[in-house]
Amino acid sequence: MHCLDSYLFVSAAMFVLGLLAVVTRKNAVSILMGIELMLNAGALNFVAFSRFSTANLDGHVAALFILIIAAAEAAVALAIFLNLYRLKATSEVDKANLLRG
Amino acid sequence: MYLRQFAVGALENSNIDNIMFQLAIYILLAPLVAFTINIFWGKRYLPRGGDWISITAIWSGCAFALYMFFTKVLGNYDPNYFQSWQFDWIRWGDYQLRIGIALDNVSLIMLVVVTLVSSLIHLYSTAYMKGDPKYHRFFAFLSFFSFSMIGLVLADNLLIIFCFWELVGLSSYFLIGFWHEKDSAANAAKKAFVANRIGDVGMLIGILLVFTAMGTLNVTEVIAGVAAGKMGGMALTIAGLCLFCGAIGKSAQFPLHVWLPDAMEGPTPVSALIHAATMVAAGVYLVVRIFAILTPEASLVIAYIGGFTALFAATIAVAQYDIKRVLAYSTLSQLGYMVMALGVGSYTAGFFHLVTHAMFKACLFLGSGSVIHAMHGALHHIHSHDDAQDMRFMGGLKKYMPVTFITFLIATVSLSGVPLTSGFMSKDAILGGSLAYFMMHPQHWLLPVFGFGAAILTAFYMFRLVYMTFFGEFKSGPEAATALHESPRAMTIPLIVLGALSIFVFYSFNPFNPASGWFSTLNPQPDRAYEQLQAVAAHDTHAEAKSHDSHSKHEAVEKAEHNDSHGTVVESHGEEHGEEVHATDAGGHGGGHDVHHTAHLIAMVISIILATLGILIATMGYYWHKIDPNVWKKRLGPVYLGMYHKWWWDEIYEYTFIGGTKLTANILAWFDGAVIDGLVNFVATIGRFVSVVHGWFDLYVVDGLVNLTAWIVGIFGRFTRLFQGGQIQRYVLYTIALVAVFIILKVL
Repeated sequence: MHCLDSYLFVSAAMFVLGLLAVVTRKNAVSILMGIELMLNAGALNFVAFSRFSTANLDGHVAALFILIIAAAEAAVALAIFLNLYRLKATSEVDKANLLRG
Repeated sequence: MYLRQFAVGALENSNIDNIMFQLAIYILLAPLVAFTINIFWGKRYLPRGGDWISITAIWSGCAFALYMFFTKVLGNYDPNYFQSWQFDWIRWGDYQLRIGIALDNVSLIMLVVVTLVSSLIHLYSTAYMKGDPKYHRFFAFLSFFSFSMIGLVLADNLLIIFCFWELVGLSSYFLIGFWHEKDSAANAAKKAFVANRIGDVGMLIGILLVFTAMGTLNVTEVIAGVAAGKMGGMALTIAGLCLFCGAIGKSAQFPLHVWLPDAMEGPTPVSALIHAATMVAAGVYLVVRIFAILTPEASLVIAYIGGFTALFAATIAVAQYDIKRVLAYSTLSQLGYMVMALGVGSYTAGFFHLVTHAMFKACLFLGSGSVIHAMHGALHHIHSHDDAQDMRFMGGLKKYMPVTFITFLIATVSLSGVPLTSGFMSKDAILGGSLAYFMMHPQHWLLPVFGFGAAILTAFYMFRLVYMTFFGEFKSGPEAATALHESPRAMTIPLIVLGALSIFVFYSFNPFNPASGWFSTLNPQPDRAYEQLQAVAAHDTHAEAKSHDSHSKHEAVEKAEHNDSHGTVVESHGEEHGEEVHATDAGGHGGGHDVHHTAHLIAMVISIILATLGILIATMGYYWHKIDPNVWKKRLGPVYLGMYHKWWWDEIYEYTFIGGTKLTANILAWFDGAVIDGLVNFVATIGRFVSVVHGWFDLYVVDGLVNLTAWIVGIFGRFTRLFQGGQIQRYVLYTIALVAVFIILKVL
């Protein structure tokens, strides 16, 4: 079972799950969780490709980058959500339609 | 015999070194200065309203005029005396308009007449106008008139004559309308002004015709030009008649005579000065000036107009009751005499009558002023509002006003043409001239008839006036008679002087032969310029021999035209030219002198008889009461009515010219209101209609297009808005869908 396909399969499943969460959930925190899932699916791909293609650590470095960026992104996103809540008294993204044309 | 040549002398400089011209300019300008001072400062700052300034100006002018007269006219005793001083007034390119002063016997005699009569009337006015609220203005205007009239007399140029001509018209307007609070005076002033304008238009046309043909307006040059053949035939006749139009207006000849009787609305001194002695004589003076250029045809028209006016005005004078109106019509009649005299070629007689008439008519007017003055006081005394000028309220004044009576009587006798007076000599000369003309041209028998008819009427109406005024009983009652008194000395002195000047001795020592006197000797008839030309042409068998005369004239004209100096003193004594020229004087009718001599003898006898007859009829009717005038009024019927109503000329003009003008104005007003305004309104209506259509088009078509575009854009915008829900999830979904589509397309 130590083949690349299984890793890619798991990664794709995680990405689709994350995407579904982003698209379907109304709660902002749930969406943020979906985004985390998608980021981690990406990170898993980097690591998997790094393990099965060459012997260097480039893929690992990229995965670490993604972790750091995800942490920063979560901090920024949560700050935005808090402000949204303070403004609209809700955490549902449907209500945050201020950019509506 | 004498066409004034002017040899441009050696004195070609602008400073006037001849004392005569300095005096002339002083005489001209002194009244203007007096006018300026009095009109601005007379009322408020000067004692007696500044009358002493006007009087000083005119009396000193009169003294100088007399000095000039005695040194130059009587001193020289030269019939051809002529001096002129000119300076450049205007230059247009090559043309220079030179104006100046011309002194000759005619202008100097006229100058004396004007300044003398004017001086006496200034003096007279100090008493007559006493207490008038506009006393200072009266003297200012008198000065202004004197200035204008003196300028008219002295001017050597038709254009300048015209300018002063208009100025005397203007001052006449001011003075007729002096009491402009009265409607009648204001209207009379307007009437005089308008009637004069009609004549002046003709005169201006004449001046322009002369200028077009000759290129000069200097009277001497014009005469020389005609003699040189620059203008002739029909053109000259028309030009002469056009110039005469001015005289018709100013001297109140027949078609334009209506203004003069109305002008009597002015103060009586004004009537005496302007409307009897000087200004109305300006027309005659103009004809005297242009006498040499008049053609036989023009002269004939002039003679008929003058003759008709003489008789026609005399008939009206017979039936008037207003003392000043009788005198006014008498003035018309006498002016007609003068014009007729000039028309029939009796130059000397016409001008002589102008001078004598100025004296005795001024005396008559001033005498009537004296009477009116007294009557006014008398009627005021009994609180009567009767007309102080109506002779029916007078009578018996001779014992209350002896000086006025005697001077008035002398002037009346003179006007009636009784021997030993100046009027006898001058009128007799005119009648003789018209009779001589008739003897040479028998088809013109009307002219002496006019003359003799007017003579008998003159004697009649003047004595009628004297009897009604000075004889019989005073008709306004004994109460009023107590207030009658002789006028003050300032009024009687002018009367005495003018009355004295109506005596023959001042003009000729032989009362039956004026031709021997200084006046006739010094004012010989000038040759008609065209006759001169014909004479030269007739004798022109070899040009060189005869060209002496016209050549020198040409030379003189050329010299004058090309003279660049700013002023020149021209002095010349015309030469006696040959007898052969003089022989053509009477227009080729041989024995002209005999005819004249016979005619004068006959005329003298007839005129004495007629004058006596006229006086006799007046005496019978108004003194002895042998003839009842009222019976004759009925017997004459419509003729009397015509005379009383001035032959209805005022009414005729009212219905023709004035009514016609009003009718034309009304028609034009209607045309303006209906047609012009209608057109304007029609155009406006069209404009409004077009703009309504335009507005509709703008509203529905242009705006519709704009709105349609906006609507289409709006639809499109609303469609695209559908995709922008503001919900990030939906955007993501679209992205995924598109990516999916791309992938599927790629795979396929």
